[in-house]
Amino acid sequence: MIAYIIRRIAQSIIVVFGVTVIVFVIVHLLPGGPRALLGPRVSPAVVHAFIVANGYNHPLYIQYGDYVGHLVQGNLGYSYTYNEPVLTLLERNLPKSALLVGLAYAFALLIAIPVGMLQALRRNKPIDYVLTGGSFVGYSMPVFWLGLLLIEIFAVQLHLFPPEGPQGATVGAVLTQPTALVLPVATLAILTVALFSRYMRSAAIENLVQDYVRTARGKGASQLRIVFRHLLRNSLIPIITLLGLSLPVTISGAVVTESVFNYPGMGLLFWTSATTHDFPVMLGFTVVVAIATVLGSLIADVLYAVADPRVRYS
Amino acid sequence: MLVGTSGAPGGELPPEALPLEGGESGGAGGVWRLILGVFVQNRLAVLGLGLVVFMVLFSFVGPHLYVTNQIQTNLGQVTQRPSGAHPLGTDQLGYDVLGRLMVGGQSSLEVGLAAALLASVVGTAWGAISGYSGKWVDAVMMRIVDSFLAIPPLLLILMLASVVTPTVPVLILVIALISWLATARLVRGDSLSVRTRDYVQAAIAGGARNIRIVFRHVIPNVIGTIVVLTTFSVADSILLLAALSYLGLGPAPPAANWGSMLTNGLNYVYVGDWWLIYPAGICIVLTVVAFNFIGDALRDALEVRLQRR
Repeated sequence: MIAYIIRRIAQSIIVVFGVTVIVFVIVHLLPGGPRALLGPRVSPAVVHAFIVANGYNHPLYIQYGDYVGHLVQGNLGYSYTYNEPVLTLLERNLPKSALLVGLAYAFALLIAIPVGMLQALRRNKPIDYVLTGGSFVGYSMPVFWLGLLLIEIFAVQLHLFPPEGPQGATVGAVLTQPTALVLPVATLAILTVALFSRYMRSAAIENLVQDYVRTARGKGASQLRIVFRHLLRNSLIPIITLLGLSLPVTISGAVVTESVFNYPGMGLLFWTSATTHDFPVMLGFTVVVAIATVLGSLIADVLYAVADPRVRYS
Repeated sequence: MLVGTSGAPGGELPPEALPLEGGESGGAGGVWRLILGVFVQNRLAVLGLGLVVFMVLFSFVGPHLYVTNQIQTNLGQVTQRPSGAHPLGTDQLGYDVLGRLMVGGQSSLEVGLAAALLASVVGTAWGAISGYSGKWVDAVMMRIVDSFLAIPPLLLILMLASVVTPTVPVLILVIALISWLATARLVRGDSLSVRTRDYVQAAIAGGARNIRIVFRHVIPNVIGTIVVLTTFSVADSILLLAALSYLGLGPAPPAANWGSMLTNGLNYVYVGDWWLIYPAGICIVLTVVAFNFIGDALRDALEVRLQRR
């Protein structure tokens, strides 16, 4: 167990290191690079001053060393467009994105687990087909279009919720507009439910044919007891892994959701940075999210190994 | 990685699912016969294939039958409601929406298919080499895949798109750069198990070169996985292109695709121009659903042990 955890931690460190190399290469080796933000008509003297000021005249390995050196000190760089340290921007916007993603995950789990179980228990019955069809459509829907549809139906036609996300500067301020949170959270949650319920269905179907379920039946356990006591618990194990692994997909969804609903989180900031070539912001957020993803999957793997001893020996 | 613990269990397979041949003789021909069998017997797969054929005809043949000007704007007739002259109305620049859907479908389908194919080739080669080599080569190659996978796909693609000029060929490369990862991982897993089989050991003992073993034994054995993943990958690539274009980092106008047609969607929603919201979105959903149906049926039929969606 200890050896397994140590091996996974070592792998995770290598992966984080790999992420820093990837983002560094993207910005520095592609044509344009960081200079692109100066625009096409800038004079050579200004370009030169910019290159010297940012150390772009040094060899790449020195630049990379500086970059990683700053990174481990918590210095994520300085935003060109916002004229603020990236860390400050992250501190202000990341919690709001975390709130959005966290709420979406919570609702998605609350819905996907019972839906997947129901589908497994009613496999190949009409209700299963309907729900499977629904999850197919949910999975195939572009996030931004789903957001637009929800705005069209619930904000423009029915006037139930505001069309724009909460505009507060802090998480506390965001929470004062709970009705404005409904549509962005719903958009992200629907996407996640479509993903999770498929896994839950497969996991539950697989467990239904296991010997322990038959044993429980043979001992005269009620259907209710089998479902909650045996099936649910065992089927939740793959969901633990899925929680960690689906984070990149959900973050991608959050970027689009935030831009549709003008929700002032990290995703919206990332998108504006991408359109204005504000690389330090993009790099900072990417590295932070990648570390979160690696940590998430590390924790998921360790929990999985705790929950299911078979994993450790494979 | 969105690859679950184990694939479709025996009980879940539809009755029409056919058993996969042993593949000991590198039976790629058997796989294609099986694929044909899927389309004959699985209704959803037929529906999916029908939708794909319809979308291809609609996008590539349609513009020859329904001729519209999708290059020059026509500011004299912007955002007109659907009428006899314009069955789906016109957009904010006066383009005919039905005609634009057709032209937009071309780049959406081209990018989706090309990116998925490219990603499969790269991913297969990477995974096969990694799994077959084992040891430190495998470790290094897989950590590279893990590093890419740790970055949310949309962040990576937005970063890349903000650096390059987004033309169709460039976007194919950019999207492929993100989609090869899943293929690489799964092919690597399959290669690991193929490597230990007796006939591979026999080939090694017989003096076959590594490259020959990879192409002759490893890849034919994982072709099912590759076909299934490529199908899903087309769906994902179309969605990625749509998201990128919606966010304004897709091909520049007058080039059109279904995603870019929805860029100003919020404005249309507020003024009630439904014909500028629904058609393009429905086209994306139908095409993506179609590829997912096909992929799902292929996965069941080929008994590919992956649990994706």
